[in-house]
Amino acid sequence: MKKVVALIMTACVAFGLMACSKSDKKDTTAAGEKETEAAGGNEGGSGELIKVGIINNDPNESGYRTANDADLQKMFCKENGYDASFAYSLKNDEQIKYAQGFIQDEVDYLLLSAADTAGWDTVLQDAKNAGVKVILFDRTIDADPSLYEASIVSDMDKEGETAVNWLAEQGLSEYNVIHIQGVMGSAAQQGRSGALDKKVAAEGNWNIVKQQTAEWNAEKAQQIVQSVIDSGTSFNVIYAENDDMAKGAVAALDAAGISHGVGKDVIVMGFDCNKWALEELLKQNWNYDGQCNPFQASYIDNIIKDLEAGKTPEKTIIMDEKGFDAKTITQADVDNYGI
Amino acid sequence: MSNNDTKAPANKFFTVVKKVVSHQMFIPIMALLILAIVNLAFDPNFFKITLGKNNAGNPILSGPLITILDYGAETAILAIGMTLVTAAAGGQDISVGATIAIAGSAMLRVLCGTNPSPDTIQAPIIVAFLVACLVGIACGAFNGALVSFFKIQPMIATLILFTAGRSIAAWINYNKLPVVPDPKFAYFGGIIPGIPVPTPIFIMLACVIIMALVLKFTNLGLYTQSVGINEKSAKLNGINPIAIKFIAFVILGLCVAVAALIKVSRISTINYSVIAKDIEMDAILAVALGGNALSGGKFNMWASILGAYVFQFLTTTLYKFNIASSALPAYKATVVILLVFFSAPKVREMIGKGFKKMKDSMKNRRHKAATASEGEA
Repeated sequence: MKKVVALIMTACVAFGLMACSKSDKKDTTAAGEKETEAAGGNEGGSGELIKVGIINNDPNESGYRTANDADLQKMFCKENGYDASFAYSLKNDEQIKYAQGFIQDEVDYLLLSAADTAGWDTVLQDAKNAGVKVILFDRTIDADPSLYEASIVSDMDKEGETAVNWLAEQGLSEYNVIHIQGVMGSAAQQGRSGALDKKVAAEGNWNIVKQQTAEWNAEKAQQIVQSVIDSGTSFNVIYAENDDMAKGAVAALDAAGISHGVGKDVIVMGFDCNKWALEELLKQNWNYDGQCNPFQASYIDNIIKDLEAGKTPEKTIIMDEKGFDAKTITQADVDNYGI
Repeated sequence: MSNNDTKAPANKFFTVVKKVVSHQMFIPIMALLILAIVNLAFDPNFFKITLGKNNAGNPILSGPLITILDYGAETAILAIGMTLVTAAAGGQDISVGATIAIAGSAMLRVLCGTNPSPDTIQAPIIVAFLVACLVGIACGAFNGALVSFFKIQPMIATLILFTAGRSIAAWINYNKLPVVPDPKFAYFGGIIPGIPVPTPIFIMLACVIIMALVLKFTNLGLYTQSVGINEKSAKLNGINPIAIKFIAFVILGLCVAVAALIKVSRISTINYSVIAKDIEMDAILAVALGGNALSGGKFNMWASILGAYVFQFLTTTLYKFNIASSALPAYKATVVILLVFFSAPKVREMIGKGFKKMKDSMKNRRHKAATASEGEA
């Protein structure tokens, strides 16, 4: 009897391990640790194609990253004259290893979204010596600007300012804001909080009812808003620093029977432009959603074309980022900008 | 004569106090009382429960107490399984947050099919929940097999799913974030129309009652404790430690599936990287706050469940007071350290001894006073 049980358990574990390794394998092919499309590309004649090595964060990280990766994949293909290899990691040291690999493969361009800001000097110097041109996207690094050609970034401060300016335009007689923050210290949190804090300090009729971090988590946001509702304090704006948290906040409003959206009691604001969030805007349940633009491929494409043509691009390029208003958003916006 | 009259009740009083103070439920109940008093002092309406209507026009009870009972449900349910695992294996499962992501993701995969935002659900909710239960049990069995059969330290064994779980969850849904269109799915984390009490409270109560029945009518509790106290002697007495540990992890897996249902239902969608984040720490803390030894052995399920609510009470209280976001973890940590310190079995023993000493010294003093008065007479 015991033997049978032991046998079954061993089978269970073996199966478990197998399932695990299987999923791991799938996972890595999905993430494509290092896709070797380069080999296929060479047959087509590498002379015409521009060889690029792209190092990005894991697309599983967030919806933003998935959209970012899909956009890059779409742009850097053979039809557009590129021979691209992709490598993904959330760890700086692994990314540096991939970068060294790409330099050895003699890519023409190295596109980099660094996991960490520090530690890139040596490998970028190697790239420079090998004649590999480096373009940073999405994230900047702490390295000498001479080591890279250009950096394409989101300006989180501007995102916050756009949103706060939009809110100011609504012309409420009094602003009682529930401010739900992201993970403290992240670039997105600092930019988006900074603009609101500044406005609240400057204006007499702007008050923060509650300022708390929900760490990008919908349910924590729900609890925070619930605690304000329970305490009986009145508020008329929810400023959530991402869509998930705005969704959690709205769940608390719904449960308490507080109306929200265009022309209703509470203004709901989110960030990131997830497709489902823009659909909420379209239904006028929310009022505003600020974009954090993941579509950097066309910017990079332009820079490479400039460099190929012998022009010097600007060092830091800040992307256009929109803010959508529920009153003016269209289905086309949802399809084009939803991530 | 008068001496004897005062001596007996005083003695009895100290014995009662000692008994109460050294009881395992004392610390969690005391903590709940203190939190309630602090809240009441700052907000006289703290216990007020009002009947309102939600945006769908259904009646709903609201108030701080309801909020605490509602949001503490997941941790309380997890505390049930975590207590068993702790008692049997002498270690904790740190993968529950990640396995909630896996079970929740599987549930959404069944409900939404391959389309992340379908117009109708693709399978009945009960089927999705049963699939999630199977996934939860499979994860629990995986952890359980590693711990019981391969004798790997629980924290190390569960580290595997802790690290890989959220990626697996993302992979199950092709890294999409499905949104469940059916409003019925939101009942489990919200309210059922017509019943004004939030559903998570009922689910939590159901889990607690089932566990109470299991502990009353089976030998699970006894066997778990004996394996936790001394594995070898339990084995000599005919209890199979491997099976008991395995069962504890499987039960935790079931608890995970139930908690995943509530979590996913609350917002009708999932975010793999943040869903139920750090909930394993909350559940482990609940076990510790309940005064259970984290090294295994004897356990008190009810103290753990109360511990979970102490923790939720604390979270809600901290949200209520306007504490700066960046300072919140520090406050939480301070209170938790204090609570865990006072609920540690060793400290409780010392407090008990302290009371005994006080009693003895009181006795001596009385005795002296008595002899002195006798001398005078």
